[in-house]
Amino acid sequence: MSILHTVNKSPFEKSSLDSCLSMAKEGSALLLIEDGIFAALKGTAKESQMKDASQKLKLYVLGPDLKARGMAEERVIEGVEVVDYAGFVDLAAAYDKVSAWV
Amino acid sequence: MKFAIQVNEGPYQHQAADSAYQFTKAALEKGHEIFRVFFYHDGVNNATKLTTPPQDDRNIVNRWSELAEQHNLDLVVCVAAAQRRGIVDEGEAKRNGKDAENIAPGFRISGLGQLVEAGIQADRLVVFGD
Repeated sequence: MSILHTVNKSPFEKSSLDSCLSMAKEGSALLLIEDGIFAALKGTAKESQMKDASQKLKLYVLGPDLKARGMAEERVIEGVEVVDYAGFVDLAAAYDKVSAWV
Repeated sequence: MKFAIQVNEGPYQHQAADSAYQFTKAALEKGHEIFRVFFYHDGVNNATKLTTPPQDDRNIVNRWSELAEQHNLDLVVCVAAAQRRGIVDEGEAKRNGKDAENIAPGFRISGLGQLVEAGIQADRLVVFGD
């Protein structure tokens, strides 16, 4: 079963990203929303972990939430795709289940 | 595809209330069906018609009511969470001896069974919370 995982916490605030990455199975996807977008940025302490994760998971970040926090799309790590809300809906439909790491 | 949405956080408190609305709106624009939106925990505060934000701010409550009217949405508020937080419809006011009601248009108060049913009937349950 393929799952779309959503993480809405900054990895520098809570451990929900770590929990998600430790449980997510190959072929699943991770969408970073709200304060979760900070994990998608280049040059942070989480970048290598995200690059490792991209080997087994599809990685996405919600564009409107990047913009709301003043983060340009150029700052996003290669391998993390930016989607809008319509893209979020498409992902939710494409994967078998949606699991929110709230 | 049929979506069910769960909202666990209140308006102007956590972005979850906004994210849930934006997701619901985008799903409707794409032609998907929203089987139900279930407001749980502090999420029940999205359903008070007494909310009066400043004019230059978004009105999160009215936004839900308008979307419900346009798309005939089923917006359900958890009764136990609502009672704790003073979200009351006419029936609940009478039952609990209150002299007012404050449920916004398009919302209804019901039980957790409605969330379980939404989880079963919808193809996807998408949760927005803290």
